[in-house]
Amino acid sequence: MRRAAGVGVLLLIVGCAARAAEPDPQAFSQIERGRYLAVAGDCVSCHTVPGSGTPFAGGRVIETPFGGIVAPNITPDLETGIGAWSDAEFDAALRKGVRRDGASLYPAMPYNAYTKMSRDDVQDLRAYLATVAPVKKWVTAKSLPFPYNHRSAMHLWNALYFTAGEYKPDPKQSSEWNRGAFLVEGPGHCGACHTPKTSLGGDKRSRYLQGSDIQGWFAPNITNDSRVGLGSWSKEDFVDYMMTGHNRITAATGPMAEAVSLSSSHLTNEDLEAISTYLQTVPGGQGAPQTLPADAPVMRAGAAIYRDQCSACHGLDGRGVTQLFPSVADSSMTRSNDPTTSIRIVLRGARSVATAAEPTAPGMPSYGWQLSDEQVAAVLTYIRNTWGGSAAVVPPRAVTKARLERAGRSD
Amino acid sequence: MARSLPKKDVVIIGLGWTGSILAHELTNAGLDVVALERGPWRDAPTDFPPSTMQDELRYRVRHELFLRPDQTTFTFRNKLSQTALPIRSWGAFMPPNGVGGGGVHWNAETWRFLPSDFVLKTHLTQRYGAAFLPKDMTIQDWGVTYDDLEPHYDRFEYLCGTSGTAGNLQGKLQEGGNPFEGARSRPYPTPAQSQPYSHTLFAKAARELGYKPFPQPSGNLSKSYTNPLGVRLGPCTYCGFCEWFGCANYSKASPQTTLLPVLIRKSNFALRDNSEVVRINTDASGKRAKSVTFVDTSGTEWEQPADLVILAAFSVFNVQMLLHSKIGQPYDPVGNTGVVGRNFTHQTISTANGFFDHNKFNFNPFIASGSIGMCIDEFNGDNFDHGPHGFVGGGYVGQVQTGARPIESTLTPPGTPKWGAAWKRAVRDNYLSTVKPGTGVHGSFYAYRDVYLDLDPTYQDRFGRPLMRMTIDLHDNEVKQNRFLTDKFAEVIKAMGAEQVVKQYRTAPYDVTQYQTTHLNGGAIMGTDPKTSVLNRYLQSWDVSNLFVLGASAFPQNAGYNPTGTVAALAFWAAEAIRTRYLKSPGPLVDA
Repeated sequence: MRRAAGVGVLLLIVGCAARAAEPDPQAFSQIERGRYLAVAGDCVSCHTVPGSGTPFAGGRVIETPFGGIVAPNITPDLETGIGAWSDAEFDAALRKGVRRDGASLYPAMPYNAYTKMSRDDVQDLRAYLATVAPVKKWVTAKSLPFPYNHRSAMHLWNALYFTAGEYKPDPKQSSEWNRGAFLVEGPGHCGACHTPKTSLGGDKRSRYLQGSDIQGWFAPNITNDSRVGLGSWSKEDFVDYMMTGHNRITAATGPMAEAVSLSSSHLTNEDLEAISTYLQTVPGGQGAPQTLPADAPVMRAGAAIYRDQCSACHGLDGRGVTQLFPSVADSSMTRSNDPTTSIRIVLRGARSVATAAEPTAPGMPSYGWQLSDEQVAAVLTYIRNTWGGSAAVVPPRAVTKARLERAGRSD
Repeated sequence: MARSLPKKDVVIIGLGWTGSILAHELTNAGLDVVALERGPWRDAPTDFPPSTMQDELRYRVRHELFLRPDQTTFTFRNKLSQTALPIRSWGAFMPPNGVGGGGVHWNAETWRFLPSDFVLKTHLTQRYGAAFLPKDMTIQDWGVTYDDLEPHYDRFEYLCGTSGTAGNLQGKLQEGGNPFEGARSRPYPTPAQSQPYSHTLFAKAARELGYKPFPQPSGNLSKSYTNPLGVRLGPCTYCGFCEWFGCANYSKASPQTTLLPVLIRKSNFALRDNSEVVRINTDASGKRAKSVTFVDTSGTEWEQPADLVILAAFSVFNVQMLLHSKIGQPYDPVGNTGVVGRNFTHQTISTANGFFDHNKFNFNPFIASGSIGMCIDEFNGDNFDHGPHGFVGGGYVGQVQTGARPIESTLTPPGTPKWGAAWKRAVRDNYLSTVKPGTGVHGSFYAYRDVYLDLDPTYQDRFGRPLMRMTIDLHDNEVKQNRFLTDKFAEVIKAMGAEQVVKQYRTAPYDVTQYQTTHLNGGAIMGTDPKTSVLNRYLQSWDVSNLFVLGASAFPQNAGYNPTGTVAALAFWAAEAIRTRYLKSPGPLVDA
């Protein structure tokens, strides 16, 4: 009997080595850690076609400035998913950006952030992904146009912008701060949207988390700058926003609505507080322009439009209604150097996110049919330079550009 | 042949106020619920954004939010001897359509009925004797009392965030509120709305005449509010576009702004819009509903089986559904037999307009909300001795002007030419200084043997089903009541300082072209006796115990208030009975 058992074990080991790793399907703690990291990393967002009912089965086209990239199937299906991948292959994809066939991944897959996770973290993630429902679905990776169709070009990109290596805690900082930094830089990959990019799509590190263009929105500055960043947000403001999509100042909409819905609203309070602690130490100092005088013609025009069109919800004092109508007076988004998001919201309207804690999901109507480019520019210039704020004039041509760009998008 | 869908625990017909309330309550009880709505999905910020909603031509004149009569309509006549004809453009009332139902376009006046209203027959007979009532008046007690409904009124008001001043807190009268109201268990969730100038002036004049004016209870909120479901409402901006309009300022209580955001997140709730239910199917015994049949916009017929059917359409359509489904005995006014269609009622509305010196008065009348107003209740229900007056019933009266939208707010004093420079001058001079309360006199409408609903013998809808026929006229009792109330109201307007007061009495015959209110009631009434009611006191069909019929169709007769508060309280009341009693032991909750 003992002999027979020994042969069995041997066969099992050989089997594993020859095929995929087979994570222990009862490793509860590991799977649970992996699930939490998958939530923090919001894997489900890119790897699921919205509304398809097949999470992680891939097929969603991720818009990048270089063209659309199709997210692959990461369910444990052996043929079409990642079921047959070895642990080492999975680790290489996540932390080094190397595809199973040895080619480079496009950095739309944020391996430059996931590299901050440890090998154990990544194996936890894999243990969790091995438990989700396998979906047989072939996903054809679209190639980007020349020159990006040469995946070898990614070697150059990696040399310029990618530093492999897991997160090293800063011993001078608290464990809370280090936890926050790990989540922001690692699984949360906040910089993917919030750090400005070079023409090659790499992070401008000197302007870390100072806001960036993304899919027709401006992902705002989330540093501690009090004018355009989160400097005036308390820890509670931050947790409210990430947990419920709403706080006393503003509401999540656009791509962040999805991030709140799928990811941040499922994180623990402690982790959200840790992220806040860390972000409040990230400098994002940007010189404030001079506030425009209230009697400047554009300000007077903007004031009149604001009173007519905006004040019913946002109030004559600009402060709105807490958790319902954003305070344009206090929102740093309205003062962003890049007014893309504000312009877009005025032109097209926006729907805030519904969460279990804040189910209302109030929406803002579209004014694109009603206000000219000059009027949109004037009312935004007014909002940006009133109630103690200051920001550059919004030129009407920026509205014209946003209107054209908007026309080519379904949303 | 209808295609059959998988069976559900509950099917709800119509997703207005009552459908939404029942859907919420029954999904909370763990049931799998599907709602079928004849009209489209509607959501506040996308369907009635504040950037386009203030459009009087589109919504008020052209009836944007309402059922299109070319989809279905009613026929109308005053008397049994006449031939009814189809209504081709809505007039006296505005049947709703679409998700949210009448809860989208209402003014949000959120009243409770008087305790005596629920025991009307008993109360009036005891006080005045049976001979005091007109011979053909068929009023009844409801089978529920104010005390039964008080917790459910309270739930609705706290769902909506209703703004008001309590007049009776647990039996203690409160200064500034309505001293005639039934006792409330707690104050309104938010304070009363601020009142514009003319409304304030009305209150002052009323006080000087010895009345006790109070602010109309309002579902347009005085301040921001978070309801017990966590849904948030904002403060009203007094834009003056409520009734006939939706509100995307999140300040008018509607299913969209109080319930639907939570309901649509539930995995055990589903909605099919643009799905018109054509009948409820019963089993061979006729005692049990087994499914409903509905038609989508492609003309495809579907059958939705369910254990429990909630009929929650607009009142008249509830009655029509029962008749088309052959549930309950149709009412026959000649033989005075049957119940379905019996005790159909409306409201008795009139007003008095006051013209003031424009050099002295500027009311800025466009500043308003749908349920703004200062009212008096001295002449409602049986709050006064009817003995000397020879009629029963009454109503609240008040300066409840809901705005001064330009198309319909060009009143001029009597004697002004109808066109030309003199007319223009008069419009200009009077726009800011006219008191035009719209529904200033909001009277009751009691039930009569010859006011009823039945199936039209001639006209059919596109499915070949007979249209609903309304036979309705004003009886002397209501005409007298209205004359009395309108005179009392006009006295207050005069006391405000009006130079001219123009009374517009409500007179017979009942006019279906002139707007009154959408408060059509009865036809599937609740009661204690299956011989004189369609539903028992829990709104459960006497005939088919797994069918509940919600809405104002259950009112045995109408009181002198807007019905929605009572409609919603009855919905919570029925939902509680289903949750706590019916589900434990399905079957009749009251023995017939």
